[in-house]
Amino acid sequence: MRLECKVTGGDFQAAGEAAAKLKRTLRQVGIDAETARRAAIVAYEAEMNIVIHAFRGVLSVDISPESIEIVADDEGPGIPDIPLAMQEGYSTAPEHIREMGFGAGLGLPNMKRYSDEFHIDSTVGRGTNVRMVINLPSKGSLT
Amino acid sequence: MTGLFHSVLLIEEKCRGCTRCIKNCPTEAIRVRQGKARINAERCTDCGECIRTCDNHAKTAITDSLERLKDFKYTVALPAPALYGQFGPDVEPDRVLAALIDMGFDDVFEVARGADVATLVTREYLRQHREIRPMISAACPAVVRLIQVRFPALIDHLIPVDSPMTCAGKLAKENKSKELGIPPGDIGAFFITPCPAKVTWVREAVKRGFSSVDGAISIADVYGEISRRLASPASPAPRRRASGAGIGWGGSGGENAAVGLENYLVVDGIHSVIDVLEEVEVGRLADVDFIEAQACIGGCVGGALTVRNPFIAHVHLEKLAKRFADCPAFTAEEEEELTRRARAGHFDMRQDIAAVPAFRLDRDVSRAISKAEMIEKVVKDLPGLDCGSCGSPHCRALAEDIVQGFAVDTDCVFKLRDQVKVLAEQLFDLAKKNPSAMSAAGEPGEREG
Repeated sequence: MRLECKVTGGDFQAAGEAAAKLKRTLRQVGIDAETARRAAIVAYEAEMNIVIHAFRGVLSVDISPESIEIVADDEGPGIPDIPLAMQEGYSTAPEHIREMGFGAGLGLPNMKRYSDEFHIDSTVGRGTNVRMVINLPSKGSLT
Repeated sequence: MTGLFHSVLLIEEKCRGCTRCIKNCPTEAIRVRQGKARINAERCTDCGECIRTCDNHAKTAITDSLERLKDFKYTVALPAPALYGQFGPDVEPDRVLAALIDMGFDDVFEVARGADVATLVTREYLRQHREIRPMISAACPAVVRLIQVRFPALIDHLIPVDSPMTCAGKLAKENKSKELGIPPGDIGAFFITPCPAKVTWVREAVKRGFSSVDGAISIADVYGEISRRLASPASPAPRRRASGAGIGWGGSGGENAAVGLENYLVVDGIHSVIDVLEEVEVGRLADVDFIEAQACIGGCVGGALTVRNPFIAHVHLEKLAKRFADCPAFTAEEEEELTRRARAGHFDMRQDIAAVPAFRLDRDVSRAISKAEMIEKVVKDLPGLDCGSCGSPHCRALAEDIVQGFAVDTDCVFKLRDQVKVLAEQLFDLAKKNPSAMSAAGEPGEREG
């Protein structure tokens, strides 16, 4: 199944709603708590990145019995140096956003850490596309 | 779902089938069906929100009566710190304790003293375990249940330390059993409770086997009798042994003040607790060491089974906490012994907390996914007004109920109206159709020409 949420850049009041919607669905699907939490963290960080850095974007999630795929696609400034952006602690978030407790430079590293597959693609002046896959523990591996 | 005990229950004849409770339930555990509220036992956390919001007083809490004291050779009252807050600031805790003895208990053991134990054990636990942050207090049973039902990934964040009530029960039974030379099973320990969630906790523990607490009696039920006996105590007053900090646990913020950590967060009121847990779930607040979360606004003094205005009661407690701030909870030897026992796991309750998948649509993931997909379709078709007239708390919940077969789309009054409209239009269309033999005069027969 597919869930899609529009995310608006700069809208800190609505920030987190897309991730919350995903969490509700994951609870219903009955995905184990730890995997669901990884997906929630990844989705939340991706959503926050759009809110903090981009103009607008779409967070979409595909859930299958094998995996959860999360794609964050935004229209925004793009990332000039991806390896630098992937470093823990590196952030271009302005001071007023850091004061809210965001922009600690852990967004992208966390998205990578908590997902099994991580792809990022960005064009400066156009936007960024991040695709992440989290595999569900297969029934066989649980035993 | 059957077999789960809940303190919170519905009085059928008082329920008018309004939608207040369904709207306010933090786990969406209530539906109105056939004009009466129904509580889903798996989802209910016994937080007491529905008791507070029901104008018809149709929600109540099952608690134990004083009659149960007769079941035991020896009884000990375990008064919650919140009980002290129910009386004026000039009422000495000693007098409240004496009143409990006058009411028929053989002895008392203050839960505030149990809180002193919990403080010590919590500090020790946080010192030893630094790998997970933030850690969340497990003292509020409604919050623990909320985490089991709605935030299972956060179970590891709970500090698996016995609640002040359990600590008090354990020590009361141990001490008395040794002192009187009778088996602990002959000693009945009764919590004087501010909230229904504790009642459930106690009953569940009793069901599992030996419990350190045998029953829970509502503060509201004994408030009158204690008040009457305050003026003229017949029994010599047992001495308060709890520290001010232990007493402070009865109000929100008290636990943190006692444990004394720097990076802490206090949250009360179950809806605010949910907001904070949502953040923890997505990895935020990792710079906080300790979260004190209580389901009731104001903490335990705001419990659904209390009598006094919770804000007044909170002030009373704070005054007591300040007055007894310099009374140490334990002697150095006692503290050493308790710390040793804490390290040996004597106050550990991790085995009692397991995830409760109360929101799962199906045991089979593939089937659950297709149901979730259907819910998305159904919800798009509903008006999105979240009026609750259907008996489900909001449109999405109705969509879930429809897909699960617990409701039909015409439970929605707007959907029903739409269908009536379609039907009426069909009726109207049919009514316009005249049999050709009855064509009105002046209208040339359509089949001519």
